[in-house]
Amino acid sequence: MRMSEQENKKGMTRREFIRKGGYVAGGVVGGGVLGGLITQQTLKTNKKGETSPQQDNGKGAEVSYQRAMMYFSNPEEFTVLSQAAERIFPADDLGPGAIDLDVPYYIDHQLAGTWGNNARDYMLGPFYPGLETQGFQSHLRRNEIFNQGISKIQSHSQEKYKKKFTELDEEEQDKVLTDFEKGKVKMDGVTSKDFFTLFRMAVLEGVYADPLYGGNRDMAAWKMKGFPGNQMSYLDKIEATDFLEIEPVSLTAHMPAQKKKSNG
Amino acid sequence: MAKTLPKTDVVTVGVGWTGGIIAAECAKAGLKVIGLERGGDKRNSEDFSMVHDELRYAIRYDLMQDVSKETITFRNKGDQRALPMRQLGSFLLGEGVGGSGVHWNGHTFRFLPYDFEIKTKTIEKYGKNKIKKDYQIQDWGITYDELEPYYDKFEKTCGLSGEPNPLGGKRSSDYPTPPMKKTVITRKFREAAKEMGLHPFSLPSANLSEDYTNPDGEKINACQYCAFCERFGCEYGAKSSPNVTVIPTAKKTGNFELRTHANVVEIIHKNGKATGVKYIDTLKGEEYIQPADVVVLTSYVMNNNKLLLVSNLGQPYNPETGKGVIGKNYCYQMVPGTTGFFEKERFNSYMGAGSLGEVVDDFNGDNFDHSDLDFIHGGALVVSQAGYRPIGNNPVPAGTPLWGKEFKQKSIKYYTRTISASYEGASMPYRYNYLDLDPSYKDIYGVPLLRMTYNFTDQDRNLYDYLGKQSDKVMKEMGADTIQSQGKLADYDIVPYQTTHNTGGVIIGDDPSISAVNNYSQMWDADNVFVVGASSFAHNSGYNPTGTVGALAYRAAEGIIQYSKKGGQLA
Repeated sequence: MRMSEQENKKGMTRREFIRKGGYVAGGVVGGGVLGGLITQQTLKTNKKGETSPQQDNGKGAEVSYQRAMMYFSNPEEFTVLSQAAERIFPADDLGPGAIDLDVPYYIDHQLAGTWGNNARDYMLGPFYPGLETQGFQSHLRRNEIFNQGISKIQSHSQEKYKKKFTELDEEEQDKVLTDFEKGKVKMDGVTSKDFFTLFRMAVLEGVYADPLYGGNRDMAAWKMKGFPGNQMSYLDKIEATDFLEIEPVSLTAHMPAQKKKSNG
Repeated sequence: MAKTLPKTDVVTVGVGWTGGIIAAECAKAGLKVIGLERGGDKRNSEDFSMVHDELRYAIRYDLMQDVSKETITFRNKGDQRALPMRQLGSFLLGEGVGGSGVHWNGHTFRFLPYDFEIKTKTIEKYGKNKIKKDYQIQDWGITYDELEPYYDKFEKTCGLSGEPNPLGGKRSSDYPTPPMKKTVITRKFREAAKEMGLHPFSLPSANLSEDYTNPDGEKINACQYCAFCERFGCEYGAKSSPNVTVIPTAKKTGNFELRTHANVVEIIHKNGKATGVKYIDTLKGEEYIQPADVVVLTSYVMNNNKLLLVSNLGQPYNPETGKGVIGKNYCYQMVPGTTGFFEKERFNSYMGAGSLGEVVDDFNGDNFDHSDLDFIHGGALVVSQAGYRPIGNNPVPAGTPLWGKEFKQKSIKYYTRTISASYEGASMPYRYNYLDLDPSYKDIYGVPLLRMTYNFTDQDRNLYDYLGKQSDKVMKEMGADTIQSQGKLADYDIVPYQTTHNTGGVIIGDDPSISAVNNYSQMWDADNVFVVGASSFAHNSGYNPTGTVGALAYRAAEGIIQYSKKGGQLA
């Protein structure tokens, strides 16, 4: 049975399922079937229950093997990341939010790579806090900041509401995140404001980057915004006086077919 | 122990616009030129098949300098501890063959005649007291008319598309190609400006309006308005860059050798003469000495300054005594402006070209009367349609939250319903804004980092306020339903991107006590060292710098060729 059907039969919205389902809320996330089920549930693409996480565009069971954790390894942490991302860019009448756009996977994969490891940043010491005008001065790498940030989101929710972040309603979640945004949460080696800024930007990147990075699923964010993606030329359109709606194209359109050498 | 290589006539440190121009001109004149470039060479049209990628190029800065290896340190004032710029932000340093000429937008202006004689003209018109204490305004030791032929030459190399600036200096010839196409956005600005009695003209563009072959025989293609220009390379060969013009020209002569992954760490000199440079081959991890008759520093402003300071060449500037010249008159720019929100129209903001735009120069230089104003100079006001990309462009009216439901709705709504007009605000040199070496931080090769001490000044804040009010009026005239004015100019902050128009530190002039190079970019303290680029600007004007950088490079090339024949100081 597909997750969405299961959900519909239970008459629950995606959010209710996550919150009331008890698995994530109770933090009882084991391996195997249950763990997989919950993880998929948090990432499910469609609040109306039309498609399952593993199916795209009615083309049948097209598995995306990229929807898996490359950096995080604890499903509950990933769920916190996902729900926080959804508060930054929520699903609404315009279209999907961060979760439905696969933004949590985008962030997870970025944290595992060059950016998450600050490979192109000057990371030699000594480290001093500095003035705001002097910019980022933490000795921590971005993925270390995210680890700490997520753990602080959880502990701050406990302090503020005696509940887990994933048990809070949307307004409460927003209040927790606002405390981070305002720098009110104590963090080590970085301010909560800096973490929030980093997090917010990562969400917007995952929303709007080319789908090749794992977010912006089906270019749905581009469609919402009216951005046509990777177009070769606007030479014949640039002088147009009306607004032009153009079907977006991703960078996959630029990939040449790869041919194997045949033997003999 | 560094290995010493066979001597060459000319060695350039860096192969971007300036290094490329020097190489092309000197190699055509029969000199043997070696171009040392610390970055790589994967920056040609065929290397950009995946270039329509905002994240990789515009957000992660794929083509820019890797600051894990080298950066600068920064503080606002001399009594603060400078700290490393750990990530790129306020400005974007380039690296690799073609330098920033690969990923620039292509705005290519001439400075005003006023700029080159700014001190004389200001005193003439407003009296001595107009120049406030500690502002180190000085003439450039060259006039616009003297530099005009070199501007003309650079424009023809690029094939610039444009039309004359009605308030600019005299031109010896028209732009090589006609202006770029006009759009709803650029027309709106042009018409509003005319209505207000201003003097709009098409932004001089190095993205070309039509196919063009330059005087060296290099072909540049017509721009496709694909909207991936600044921070990106051009996959069409339609943006004038060193890689499609001067570098191939230099290579064709057979007199030019390009050496990549060659990071110069020292200028070797004795008794006021350079003998060559020391560099690290960053692939082999080995040191080499490249002897040369002429050493030309053609890297970015930062590295030109750093190399002179670490090599003890020229007198370092001291802000306390005001003596010394290397590191003096570091300038930047302000970017005042206004954003307009339009409720009834949607614009094709996602299309565009780096330099597709319109300009008015009525608020620039001394094109308006400063008698009752508490600043000098001004800025060119530009509305451009470079292409709004979706990660970087989420415009919302003031007071809108920056995340959540309302942010999502408004940022999506206004993405296609805003127009911004902004200036390149001129920056006047100030005694306590300067460059020197950092006492503690080093690059990965163990060489000290350059230290920047910089803040905006009262002159900057006054100019910023005045210009913002003018662009508010223009935006209203354009029909915006609401306009968003800028706030006050805060302390200079190295985090948000502002502009990559850093200038000064090795400045031009006719007096060796207050300048580092003559008007051929030749060092007063070492006849066979030429330091070329925006490092030689005595102040920063209200325009993008590359037109003037190109003109000064062509003049420097002429100087190097002359020097190689008869030696000595050229000016």
